[in-house]
Amino acid sequence: MTASATSGPLLSVAGVTTAYGSIVALRDVALEVMPGEIVTLIGANGAGKSTLMMTICGSPAPRAGSIVYDGEDIAGAPTHLIMRRGIAQSPEGRRIFPRMTVLENLRMGAEVLAGAHFEEDLEKVTALFPRLKERLTQRGGTLSGGEQQMLAIARALMSRPRLLLLDEPSLGLAPMVVRQIFSAIRDLNRTTGLTVLLVEQNAFHALRLAHRGYVLVNGSITMSGTGAELLARPEVRAAYLEGGRA
Amino acid sequence: MTEAIRKPPANPYVALLKDAGLAALVALGVGAPLLGMQTVPGGRGLALIPRPGLLLATVAAVFVGRFLLGLLFANRRSAARREAEAPPRIGPSPMARIGKLVAPGLLAFSVLMPVIPGIGRYEIDLGTLVLTYVMLGWGLNIVVGLAGLLDLGYVAFYAVGAYGYAIMAKFFDLSFWAALPLTGLFAATWGIILGFPVLRLRGDYLAIVTLAFGEIIRVVLLNWTTLTGGPNGMSGVPRPTFFGLPFSMAGGEGTFAGFFGLEPSALHRVTFLYYLILALALLTNFVTIRLRRHPVGRAWEALREDEIASRALGLSVVAVKLTAFATGAMFGGFAGAFFATRQGFISPESFTFIESALILAIVVLGGMGSQLGVAIAATLMIGGFEVFRGLEEFRMLVFGLAMVAIMVWRPRGLVSGREPSVSLGKRGTIGSEHVAEGKG
Repeated sequence: MTASATSGPLLSVAGVTTAYGSIVALRDVALEVMPGEIVTLIGANGAGKSTLMMTICGSPAPRAGSIVYDGEDIAGAPTHLIMRRGIAQSPEGRRIFPRMTVLENLRMGAEVLAGAHFEEDLEKVTALFPRLKERLTQRGGTLSGGEQQMLAIARALMSRPRLLLLDEPSLGLAPMVVRQIFSAIRDLNRTTGLTVLLVEQNAFHALRLAHRGYVLVNGSITMSGTGAELLARPEVRAAYLEGGRA
Repeated sequence: MTEAIRKPPANPYVALLKDAGLAALVALGVGAPLLGMQTVPGGRGLALIPRPGLLLATVAAVFVGRFLLGLLFANRRSAARREAEAPPRIGPSPMARIGKLVAPGLLAFSVLMPVIPGIGRYEIDLGTLVLTYVMLGWGLNIVVGLAGLLDLGYVAFYAVGAYGYAIMAKFFDLSFWAALPLTGLFAATWGIILGFPVLRLRGDYLAIVTLAFGEIIRVVLLNWTTLTGGPNGMSGVPRPTFFGLPFSMAGGEGTFAGFFGLEPSALHRVTFLYYLILALALLTNFVTIRLRRHPVGRAWEALREDEIASRALGLSVVAVKLTAFATGAMFGGFAGAFFATRQGFISPESFTFIESALILAIVVLGGMGSQLGVAIAATLMIGGFEVFRGLEEFRMLVFGLAMVAIMVWRPRGLVSGREPSVSLGKRGTIGSEHVAEGKG
């Protein structure tokens, strides 16, 4: 990837509206992610968090608005080309390849680099998630939920992304595993400066991890601020506890 | 291990009796059409004579035999139970281990088959037929087994290949060898033509469209009489030559027999055709195995596993699907050209839906994605059709039962193991076959 102006945001979403048929899922959404930041997007079920994530990836393409990544508007570009520009996604529900081995799953993550520095990157991700090292020859479907989540993140990292999109990494996992995964994300951000956009329902954990956060309610951003600020606001606590009505 | 397995087994004799009863039931099901009825030529066609005595004797023998066998192996069974409580087995599954021995054995047999004493024209012809289906199975395996795209119209590419060669030979006077690569290319083009409209379809919807595609091709062949001869088909499709040397019963200068100074024999061409389809099938297998280790093959498998994840990893789903359709179609086209040159006559009747269903059954019974499984399934099905020819219409009944049995006992096919395409030189610590496929 080319070195770009580090002063501007790495990702800038502005005025984005996305609809599935006649159902509008996102309305005039704007957010920015600066290089080296962890930004979280929190909200209740059906608020549009995953839709925003998928819109950034080009599937579906937005009805209106711009998505500027690294200085270029990627709105409407085909998904596979967007994913080749240094954006990687760990999708909601993990979506690892169940019948392929852990190693093959990781190999698929490295496919956009055509396998360059595969061994080296394999070392790095297995150092980050040592559990995966023990399971390299096992099929993805035989892993536990937490291991599958680690694999999904590791697979995303294999493409050497500059921006990592994490969609609900805590989904269905035990609190201890969630802590493990979140601490791995924090380490990754501190040591490599990886930029992370994290979509979470687990607002408490996410806001504590993130530098900044956005709250998404019914397809619109209602609040933003630093992680600590948002965590302190009563509306956020209400929204998070009462399920989306701030 | 769950508690249920640790529980001491119930009375072993009851279990043995149950087991023997089950075996007897299977024997009854299979034996009823096979042994229970005899056909004798009567005054007006065949007459059926029931043989309940023989059937009952067989069922009783199976019951007693199974029970005794169970008693005999009771000790070994308990050893197996102890093993089951031990940590999961290390290394590849027994099926994969057997496969390592079976595959070279089958290959050696296929290569030597025509020169084995006692093998005549009938056996070689049957071998050729089996290998044709092995090749078709391997071709469809790319689309269905690897890429996970359910294709019910695979016979269309077989037809495109066959008619492609026949038309090229008739109108452009191309020889088999010149036409062969073109038929592959032609069929691959049709694979892409089918691929485009179905890019967004999956599962049942895809199956229906491919089914319709197969029918469209057949109906076009049936009605485009000026080009294809319609229902009369195309006859006089040129026979293959041994790299330019024709096979001729007359012998003489410039023929295969004459060139090598052999006695002209009809067996030469039959044997040549056998080795030709063997080479084509092995080419299909070789390309598939190589592609599986290639990014393209991995992308097919990733697509089968999860389309959305594949896209999120930067794969172009369009390209991946189209290459799968085109590659599968190409081998179907090769097989079609072979079929045309072997038969010398083709008509739309050879390319009905039942052919697609048969090829798909071979792939599914063999274990989707398994090359060895497909070869075994093709041999069993096509060979079985021949062996049981004497059973007339009961043949289908036997095959129906066999298919149900396989799907009950080996729901993922005869050979369901999947070898990883990437490894770090060491084999798996836990055989993944132990654990049911799931999203855990």
